[in-house]
Amino acid sequence: MPSFNIFDIAGSGMSAQSVRLNTTASNLANADAVSGDPNGVYRAKHPVFAVAQPGNATPGAVAGASVQVSGIVESTNEPVKRYEPGHPLADAEGYVYAPGVNVVEEMVDMISASRSYQNDVEVMKTARDLMLATLRLGQ
Amino acid sequence: MAIDFDKHLGVLPAALKLQSRRTEVIAANLANADTPNYKARDVDFRAALAQAGAPGSTLGLAGSNARHLGTAGGTAATDDSLKYRTPLAPSLDGNTVDAHLEQAAFAENAVRYQSTLTFLNGKFRSLMTAITGQ
Repeated sequence: MPSFNIFDIAGSGMSAQSVRLNTTASNLANADAVSGDPNGVYRAKHPVFAVAQPGNATPGAVAGASVQVSGIVESTNEPVKRYEPGHPLADAEGYVYAPGVNVVEEMVDMISASRSYQNDVEVMKTARDLMLATLRLGQ
Repeated sequence: MAIDFDKHLGVLPAALKLQSRRTEVIAANLANADTPNYKARDVDFRAALAQAGAPGSTLGLAGSNARHLGTAGGTAATDDSLKYRTPLAPSLDGNTVDAHLEQAAFAENAVRYQSTLTFLNGKFRSLMTAITGQ
């Protein structure tokens, strides 16, 4: 019978991908949130994935390694400076600062995350079917 | 006349164990499809099953001396049988998972697992026929 470990592995993949989807949603939603202060502008957030080794196992020794989000980094893209003196948030010189969110990049990231999530769901479904079939063995 | 289950079921239990392990390895590959520096792995099925015993033979190692230690139903699916995949298109982040390849391998492995289950079911059915005589 496929061990219950598969559910942990696929589940960790799903939760990691949903974190990625969350950050993408946040980045897209704030893509147009301008600010009058270049330091107060929203910065795109991206999760960093890492292999989760159970316990004290040496790297590469364990077959079923799940995935974890080891942290969320903020993009170093410089804010885009725009001259809009009529904007209520414009600074003294008439500039507003838009976040350096690359919308195309974010969309691609979203599609990739959603495909990976679907993969994990399928893995889980198949593992469940195989386990149920094993339980019915001999009947 | 005693029925030897190990002999009757042949290589199927070891194959089932190995296939379930392969499911896990490929599931890990798919879960880590976006993890930097993750290296995709797979079970070398032929080598691992050969280690468990050739089809038709009894499982485990042959002993030529009475003091040799036996193996309990073969020692298939140890970590030695895990091999790293050779990437077709290496990516910049050091990840060698090719999602499509893994999906295909996963589907193939699931079908193989199910066919092993079917064969095992047949074995059990023939045992039941022998026991009940009907």
